[in-house]
Order: sequence, then structure tokens, then C-alpha cells
Amino acid sequence: MNWASASDFFAMGGYGLYVWGSFGLTFAALAVEAALAAGRLKTARRRVRRELAADLDTQD
Amino acid sequence: MNTRQKRFAIILGGLTALGIAAALILNAFQSNLVFFFTPTQVAAGEAPKDRAFRIGGLVKEGSLVRQDVTVRFVVTDTAKEIPVSYKGILPDLFQEGKGVVAQGSLGADGQFTASEVLAKHDENYMPPEAKAAVDQAHDAAKTLKQ
Amino acid sequence: MSQRLINWFKFASPATFYPLAGKLWPWFAALAAAFTLAGLWLGLFVAPTDFQQGEGYRIIFIHVPASWMSMFIYCVMAFWAAMGLVFNTRLSGMMSAALAPTGALFAFLSLWTGALWGKPMWGAWWVWDARLTSELILFFLYLGYIALTSAIDDPRRADKAGAIVSLVGVINVPIIYFSVKWWNTLHQGASVSLTKAPSMATTMLWGMLLMALAFWMYTIAVALCRVRAIILEREGRAQWVAELPEMRT
Repeated sequence: MNWASASDFFAMGGYGLYVWGSFGLTFAALAVEAALAAGRLKTARRRVRRELAADLDTQD
Repeated sequence: MNTRQKRFAIILGGLTALGIAAALILNAFQSNLVFFFTPTQVAAGEAPKDRAFRIGGLVKEGSLVRQDVTVRFVVTDTAKEIPVSYKGILPDLFQEGKGVVAQGSLGADGQFTASEVLAKHDENYMPPEAKAAVDQAHDAAKTLKQ
Repeated sequence: MSQRLINWFKFASPATFYPLAGKLWPWFAALAAAFTLAGLWLGLFVAPTDFQQGEGYRIIFIHVPASWMSMFIYCVMAFWAAMGLVFNTRLSGMMSAALAPTGALFAFLSLWTGALWGKPMWGAWWVWDARLTSELILFFLYLGYIALTSAIDDPRRADKAGAIVSLVGVINVPIIYFSVKWWNTLHQGASVSLTKAPSMATTMLWGMLLMALAFWMYTIAVALCRVRAIILEREGRAQWVAELPEMRT
């Protein structure tokens, strides 16, 4: 283990801002991108369902 | 924004992005591919004379002198050397025996006046203990050769 | 004999690929999470301090994998572009389109983490050396691809235009890779390459490789999810879509 304490860990030997700026933004961006992709699939699926329902209505 | 305006904006954005990419490539081919010149290249007259340029090499061991805010050191590529003077803050990794890149201009007296000094590190990553062991082995090999 | 050969073109049909992608992506997402945890553990807790850069070097565990992925994804896009142009398969263009946003993101993250690393170590956020400039060009190529393909309404024509951008732009990838060898750069040379032993301590190297695997698995999971959305957007009126169990209400 490299770290004597939690504050030691977050300080990163004085490079905390740079290290956590890299790790933080990266994982935040990846999470946002994954959510956007999932949302896009949900929207597309909802649209197809709506269109299918509309088709059924006109057939009746 | 209607569809046509939106599409126009997107096409404009795409062309701008590709244009910037092309401009960067052309600019790079023109001059910036050579990020720095080594002291040997400078001695051979390869560096531009009419504008500022960068020199790169190692900070010569024992050459670093600090006078107030001015720093003086010698950049070497083990064949040729250039004395450098610089006023300002040095980066964390600046050290004697390590890589350095300095931007500035070469005086008639062969003195390089730097406006910016960057540290260039190598591709080795290891814990301090391993580094000490490597240095020790290196010194031992040197002693044996003598 | 012909029975044993897999008919790859079967998987090139969106009707077959849509449910397959749906089954596969959770596995890749789980792998991504597992590799991330292992990589972060090694990178932040096991890997030792560096003799030169102290703790600041730990940015490497994000920076190098993100840069690798930005180059790799562009090559995969170029592969799909070539497939699409040669075999005229619909899925190829969709795969390219599904990968582009993730590639652009990794190119951006490579530049971002590089800036945060360069400032404390070199003394500059940014320099116009060959490595940094060629990576910036890659980022703009991704943006150009995305803007161009989304500006063309007909998806098949958009795919063709995008395929040309990705095939022309792929020349940039070896330029990025070899830039530190071909020219004097401020950027360091390669710590890991096929031709020589890695110049890194073992735990550092493993942390980096695990994070690269994590980003790779993440890319597959997200691209599979996105390609499903693209398939529905483009072929939502097809009969097989109407017959999907998930579409029954």
C-alpha cells in the first residue's frame, strides 16, 4: 500500500489536482456517454412502438 | 432553427473541423515538425537565424548556476554544447543530467537567451529503489571498465 | 464441410445482429467494470511511486489507454468503412457510426489528460510538437466524420461519405504512433512497444494494460448499445422489428 492516510491519497504527492482532474473527468465523461447511448436506444424503441401502435389503429 | 439552417450549420461545422485538420497538417509539414534543434544541428547551421527557435538536449551536469532570478545552464547532446540563460520559473522535472527544451534566440556570442524552458522526460517508469539499483549497477560496470 | 463454415454474412444482417448485440453488451459492460476495478486497484494502490515524476505519473493509467483506444477505434472504423464499400453491407456503416462518438471522446480524453500531465511535468499545457498535433488532428477527423455523416439525410450516402473520411484519415494513425521516432518531440518515446522490453516496472505496466482492456470492453459495450439504436432508427419500419418480443405491448 502506497498511502499512509486518505488525505495522503487525495493529495497525490502534490499532484492531486492534475491526477484527479484526469481520472474524474474521464470516468464522468464515460458515464455520460454510456447514459446517452442507452437513452438513444430507449428513444428509438419508443418511437418504433408508437409507430406500430399507430399502424394497428389505422387497420382497425 | 429550421432543418435547412441546422443542416447548413452542421455542414459548416464539419467542413471547419476537416479544414482545421488539413491546416494543422500543412502547418506541421512546413515547419513545426521539428520541435527543437540539437546543439549539433545548431553548430552545423541548421537552425533558423532570423527567428526564435527551440534547442533540446540534456542539462550538463554541474552547469546549473542561479543568480537572483536568472538561471544559467549548459545544454549538451554530448557532442556540442550551448550555454543558456533564462529568467523565470523552471518546471518540476528540470534537473541536471535530464532532458530540456528551451525556446529563445541565439546571440552573436553563442549565448542562447531562453524565453521558455520545458522539461523533457524519458519513457522509463520505475520506483526510486529500482532506479537506485540501476544506477548502482551502472556505476559498478563503469568502475570495472576502468 | 460447408456446414462447418460460419456464414459471416448472416451476422451482417441487422435482423440477426440486433438481438445478438442485445445479448452481448451486458457481458462486455460487466468485463469493463471488472477490468476498471482491477486496473484502478493496481494503478492507484499497488503500483509504486515513480523515481522521476512522483505520484503525478499516475495519469498514465488513463492517458495511455485513452490514446491507444482513440487510435484503435479509428482503425476499426476504417475497417468497417472498407467492408461497407467492398461488400455493400448495411451494417458496416452503422458500426462506423456507432464507434465514432466513443473514438472522439477518447481522443478528447487523451488530449485533456495529456494537458493535465504536461503542465506539472514539462511546464506547458500544450506544445505544437508532432505527437500532440497529430493527436489533435485525429480529434478533428472524428468531429468531421460525425458532422459530415449527420448532415446527409440518406443514411447510405452518409455512410459512403463517412467511409471516405475514415479511409483517408487512417493515414494519420501511424503518423501519431511513429511521430516520437520520426521527429524531435517534447513528448516521450514509447514505454511499451512490440520491438523492445517495456521500460516500466511490472505493476505499473499491468495497471496500464488492465485499464486499456477496460476501455476496450467499455467501447464494445457502448458501441453495441448505440448500433442497436441506429438499427431501430434506420430500419424501424421493417417487418422483423415489428416481430421483436420487446415491441409487443
